[in-house]
Amino acid sequence: MLRYIYVLSFLIVFSSCNNASSDKKEELVTDAIDLSELPDMSIYHLPSNWTTQDNEEIELKDLQGKTLVVVMIYTSCQAACPRLVADIRHIQRDVPESLEDDVQYVFVSIDPEVDTPERLHAFAKENKMEDDKWLFLRGSEEDTREFAAVLAVSYKAISPIDFSHSNIISVFDKYGELSFQREGLGVNNKSVVDAIIETTNKGS
Amino acid sequence: MKLKQNKIIGLLLLSIVFPFVQVLYAQTKDMAEVKGGIYIPLYGSEDEPVEVNAFLMDVYPVTNADYLEFVKKHPEWKKTKVKKLFADEAYLSTWESDTDFGELNPNAPVTNISWFAAKNYCESQDKRLATMDEWEFAAMANEEFPDARKIESYNKYILKWYETPRTYNNSVGSTYRNYYGIYDLQGLIWEWTSDFNSVFMSGESRKDSDFDSSLFCGSAAIGATDLKDYASFMRYAFRGSLKARYTVRNLGFRCAKDF
Repeated sequence: MLRYIYVLSFLIVFSSCNNASSDKKEELVTDAIDLSELPDMSIYHLPSNWTTQDNEEIELKDLQGKTLVVVMIYTSCQAACPRLVADIRHIQRDVPESLEDDVQYVFVSIDPEVDTPERLHAFAKENKMEDDKWLFLRGSEEDTREFAAVLAVSYKAISPIDFSHSNIISVFDKYGELSFQREGLGVNNKSVVDAIIETTNKGS
Repeated sequence: MKLKQNKIIGLLLLSIVFPFVQVLYAQTKDMAEVKGGIYIPLYGSEDEPVEVNAFLMDVYPVTNADYLEFVKKHPEWKKTKVKKLFADEAYLSTWESDTDFGELNPNAPVTNISWFAAKNYCESQDKRLATMDEWEFAAMANEEFPDARKIESYNKYILKWYETPRTYNNSVGSTYRNYYGIYDLQGLIWEWTSDFNSVFMSGESRKDSDFDSSLFCGSAAIGATDLKDYASFMRYAFRGSLKARYTVRNLGFRCAKDF
């Protein structure tokens, strides 16, 4: 009886050790292959995972290869967010059609608790933003805070349903490097369009 | 025979359990409990007090010696290896090399580290950065009282510190031990918090507020409650000026943990 206990506990202790070290090795190898080619300032160095409006799980680096136009909003926002969304729509219309396939518009929610994939899907539908060029993302509270920190977007929950947040549109090139930012609403959409065109053409 | 068997079984179980207990203890010693409560922060109002849940906080800020251990185990945070996305050019600029802080005091708080670096350090210890509310709640205590903000000597102390150069060279533990048993929340260095980027600074004139309404969405109650609390105001202003990759000579950090 005692012998069995010895053997069992021996196995338990050492099996858990083995699993830990082999997992770690796998992680290191994948990282080394993907990230070594990216420029230092690329947001694709962030390891965070996100869920889309279609309930797909993606990593940020899955977005590599296209110019990204990113804003951070939340769907229950009544004041500035609708204007920000309208600005993005105007910008998209003004970007030449020839570049359409090279640009991805991304809305990242700062209220991941309320903005579930279902909610994001409904929001996309309401705003007639259902095709592939519109992406709505939701992450954990911590990853959201980190992403906002990279974009220099400030936000704060000021009540259970309301957030204060900066209105910033950010443009990233296909390597994930920030190339342009505009703060404020309804001003200078043209500067964003110009930045998108320049960023996209620079890459090709 | 049965007694001996039981003793051996007991010893075996203990030897399996003990390492886990030791690891847990190692992580939470040198942390103190901050009992929860309600308070009105600088940006709050009488009708909207903020609730802070009980949490654990490091008794001391993270030191140069501590950070060196971290960098050795996580070489991606070495001075010459860190990605520019995560830290600016002044990252660890006062260190001699990747693994040598030279003439710096090993027990002085580590500074010239970015928010990303601080965050990662805490995560490597299964901890996190304190939120701004948690930090302010713990820091408003003096030796005797949990809320010393109306006490003259407390405010004088902080304002005097703001005028004293190079306090970042002093050892941790060299300032006062506060009500919760935590040292150096005032008097040594500014400290990173997890949500430092929740501060919005705006101008005071009417012209400014119109402009600002397009810069930020959401206008509820972002005025300071006590304009005489210059000490707190400076901290918020400082936070509002930071970006996550910035490193500053008098900005360090400590870690916290859920209770």
